[in-house]
Amino acid sequence: VMDTRTRRTSSNSTVKVSRQSRSGINGQMKLFVSEGNPHCLKVLAAVEVTGVHCEAQYVSHEEKVVPFLSRPALPALLLPNGQHLFSSNAICRYMFEVSGVESTELCNQWLEWEATDLQPALLQALHMTVLQGKGSEVSKVIQGPLNYLVQSLSKINTPYLTGEAVSVADVVLWAALYPILLDSGRFDVGDLWFDRVNGMHACQTAAQKVLQGKGHECMKSYMQRQPAPQISQCRDMQPSNSTPAEADEGERLVSEEEIEAAALTWNKGLSPQATERKHPILPQEGKRNILLTSALPYVNNVPHLGNIIGCVLSADVFSRYGRLRGWNLLFVCGTDEYGTATENKAREEGLTPQQICDKYHAVHSSIYKWFQIDFDFFGRTTTEKQTEIAQDIFWRLHKNDFLVEDTVEQLCCENCKRFLADRFVEGICPHCSYPEARGDQCDKCGRLINAVELKARQVMELIPVVILLHNSLFPFGLESQLEQWLDKSTSGGDWTPNAKQITRSWLRDGLKPRCITRDLHWGTPVPHPDFKEKVFYVWFDAPIGYLSITANYTDKWEKWWKNPQQVELYNFMAKDNVPFHSVVFPCSLLGAQDNYTLVNHLVATEYLNYEDTKFSKSRGVGVFGDMAKDTGIPSDVWRFYLLYVRPEGQDSAFSWADMAMKNNSELLNNLGNFINRAGMFVMKFFEGCVPVMDLQHEDKRLLALVGWELQQYIQLMDKVKIRDALKHILNISRHGNQYIQVNEPWKKIKGGDTERQRAGTVTGVSVNIACLLSVMLLPYMPTVSQTIRDQLNAPQSCINTMLQGTGTFVCALSAGHRVGTVSPLFQKLEADQIEALKKKFGGQQKTAQNAASAQPVTVPVPAAAEVTTVNGVDSEKAKQLTQAVAEQGDKVRALKAQKAEKAVITAEVAKLLDLKKQLAVAEGKSPEPAPQKSKKK
Amino acid sequence: MALRELSSLEKYLGLKKPNKYSTQGDKKIPVLQNNNGPPLVGLVTIACHLVKEAKRPELLGDSAESRAVVQQWLEFRVTRLDSYSKEDIKTILKDLNAYLQDKVYMAGNQFTLADTLIYYGIHPLIVDLAIQEKEQYVNVTRWFNHIQHYPGIRHHLPPVVVLRNRIYTSRHH
Repeated sequence: VMDTRTRRTSSNSTVKVSRQSRSGINGQMKLFVSEGNPHCLKVLAAVEVTGVHCEAQYVSHEEKVVPFLSRPALPALLLPNGQHLFSSNAICRYMFEVSGVESTELCNQWLEWEATDLQPALLQALHMTVLQGKGSEVSKVIQGPLNYLVQSLSKINTPYLTGEAVSVADVVLWAALYPILLDSGRFDVGDLWFDRVNGMHACQTAAQKVLQGKGHECMKSYMQRQPAPQISQCRDMQPSNSTPAEADEGERLVSEEEIEAAALTWNKGLSPQATERKHPILPQEGKRNILLTSALPYVNNVPHLGNIIGCVLSADVFSRYGRLRGWNLLFVCGTDEYGTATENKAREEGLTPQQICDKYHAVHSSIYKWFQIDFDFFGRTTTEKQTEIAQDIFWRLHKNDFLVEDTVEQLCCENCKRFLADRFVEGICPHCSYPEARGDQCDKCGRLINAVELKARQVMELIPVVILLHNSLFPFGLESQLEQWLDKSTSGGDWTPNAKQITRSWLRDGLKPRCITRDLHWGTPVPHPDFKEKVFYVWFDAPIGYLSITANYTDKWEKWWKNPQQVELYNFMAKDNVPFHSVVFPCSLLGAQDNYTLVNHLVATEYLNYEDTKFSKSRGVGVFGDMAKDTGIPSDVWRFYLLYVRPEGQDSAFSWADMAMKNNSELLNNLGNFINRAGMFVMKFFEGCVPVMDLQHEDKRLLALVGWELQQYIQLMDKVKIRDALKHILNISRHGNQYIQVNEPWKKIKGGDTERQRAGTVTGVSVNIACLLSVMLLPYMPTVSQTIRDQLNAPQSCINTMLQGTGTFVCALSAGHRVGTVSPLFQKLEADQIEALKKKFGGQQKTAQNAASAQPVTVPVPAAAEVTTVNGVDSEKAKQLTQAVAEQGDKVRALKAQKAEKAVITAEVAKLLDLKKQLAVAEGKSPEPAPQKSKKK
Repeated sequence: MALRELSSLEKYLGLKKPNKYSTQGDKKIPVLQNNNGPPLVGLVTIACHLVKEAKRPELLGDSAESRAVVQQWLEFRVTRLDSYSKEDIKTILKDLNAYLQDKVYMAGNQFTLADTLIYYGIHPLIVDLAIQEKEQYVNVTRWFNHIQHYPGIRHHLPPVVVLRNRIYTSRHH
């Protein structure tokens, strides 16, 4: 019976509410309350006390009055302006304000305390009392806040909480406490105050309205509908994904055991110095043998910062770290050189594909060298070994019957009978409808596409296109093997979550045969007699580059690549490359059945954006590898910042202002400041010799704190959490700065013997922490790391001591050790300098490079000009372009005179505009924003 | 955390002399030693005090209604955004998204203290969102991006990237 009644009321009131909200705009307000809801007590009491005229409507507990909240929230007040208030305290405060009493700061404070401290305790107490019948135990829950209230009341000498008159604070607190104090006056709540408010007629009226004199029973149906109160996790305790150094503000508590252990470690000696790397590095029995690859950059592009952090830099940090850990590690990479894009680029630049590859391979090498990427070998895919190994894998797949023959449609240029590079075709993705999908892969959903499947295809070059059938081979029938292996690899190894997720979604869609051949010249030839004139498609061929590059490094390459028992393989890449490393390439290797080493740890980054947008070559937005060194900012600082914002777990962004801030706050003021101060004290106060250290409890405690950070660093780095680990380095120098600040060695050095000794200990401990920092920094900032050790004259053996086991912070610079010359490590990045750089790379500028890449095939431009003249003037090129512009102008005029087809004229005009733009760049002018280049056919 | 917010707020308000704060309790509730009286306790209380000190009362709302709305969201900030469970996150974002559908700022058409403090409080949630989720809560994201670029607000927090173009037009995965 009760239920029916409620339902009816509820539907009635819905009608009323909507009518009310219309009239609400006309200046009326309306209060929605429900019976037995303790929160409604506050607002009804406020209405009674203030005497504000306000219609109150009783609705069911489930009534959704506030349109934007997903859970019913009562009480609610519809304001005259049509907005809703759903906070009972805000409603009470509004009632008081309307009646002419503004809330004071003291009132504010009580209301905030009520909401944040008292209310959570009360809700739990009510839950226990009303639903669990554990009324006798509630004191445990509410004693804390009640004590606070009682104490505060004892300090004031006014009748009410905030003064002589009853305020919103009194009403709210009384109403909050009333339901729990209902049965008894069990708790001593500053009797006088509570009784005073409780005795007000207005309050008693409100209590009668809400609880109907039925006490706790009346609140039962309301409480049953509330989610059980839980001790919700405090934000500080959640693992935070925020950038390093932003988290962990609180001081960690260190146990006595930790302190003693840290002091013991401190006195351990240094390990013998590690042996130099000797090439060729080969797997060794009894060692952790790690083969580490970074995705092969495509040769005809200059890599941007996103490419660099995504693969080579991340892989470099990890491999440097691995070597410090004493792992037997080989780091290989190289340029991926085959494919149509290279052929086209060669035609553009009037060179052979091989010449193009040679030229850009050198560009890549020099960029990585500048970024201090310490490859064991940086090779390339256009080698004989590549042909040998790729063809071997092909024959094995063929023999094992994993290839089928089929035909595929492909786009082809009608005039020159060349197939088009899939990447040059753009259109709507047939799977996810992304409008700018490319012919090989959709950049959004990541699926592989055949160019002919794209809807509303547009070809980037203006050439007539036909579709030809293309005979091809497809691997198939490897699903079950693949899934079995994936289960093992993803559960046993360190795969980043995105890598697992992308792989899962590929498997879910089902494995389709994928074409592995193409009708091109520039590629690894397919050895089968029926497929002469064809080459391997880049996705079959390119990953084999890892093997052939290793083979070019050592004849014994099979000890790495056909040795899964001894070797662990790490692949580093950006997430768009995941499927080729987790599905496509493993299929080839599994099908070849030759005991290949398959990936154990697949480490994929998300994307790095540039400021608020994406890196874009075509729009000239962002910083490209070859420009970084022209900024005058040291390579190590670039590395630091890129690693600090490494897109680990989520996309991140490069921002100039942020880079300057991180340089100035973290490197200069935190890390550099600490290391420099520690060294300077040794030089200035102790004639350059590390003083005697007499460790007190406080010093040992610091050793334990530092040791803990070191442990965290190692745990994170072992799991390739490169960005997270960096935070702990910065934490150590923060601890160090604080330690120096508190102990003030510069003052103590002027004091008596004990004080001087204290200054010595603090200085000695600090300079040893600086030495530890140099080791931890090595993977991130190799030059700075070495500079610190040079300045401190630290023994090289400290490098392989500190990162042993779970972390070993030893005293590497003992008393009497003579340091070298200490000087500042970092420079401030000034605001105007950063502003200038931001402008320079902001995207308005069209670089010579991208103008050239959008350029029609027919105009040859000297190749060398591209990389060297980004913002400068190039008179030779300008001359050629002036001529080209003149010729193209004539051509357009001639076509117009002949009344040629409109499409033809448009195409030629586009070329002309393009040439003019290039000319402007070559002449050092900023080209005007050209009208949108028409890509449509 | 709260202390950094307050110091950022001071900078935004252009208060010349930075205040000295301490914290109390496990939850590190900020405390401001007030020369003219007892100390002020609590993020919202102190923030409102700073606004008054800076003579910017409009930041608390310019009518009784908008003042109430501002106070409501300030309370939301300290009750819902300072501690939450995993399930809460979805509700919080969903509700805010619905609320902001027809609003530029938390209190309607006018920038207020509620925008500042909700921005500071919700930042850790937004940082952890994937692009797809950001697009799911498009109104929150739009508001967030607006506030993080509002002059003088961001200070201690790193910027969160908001892409200009929607990537996930339909939910295909």
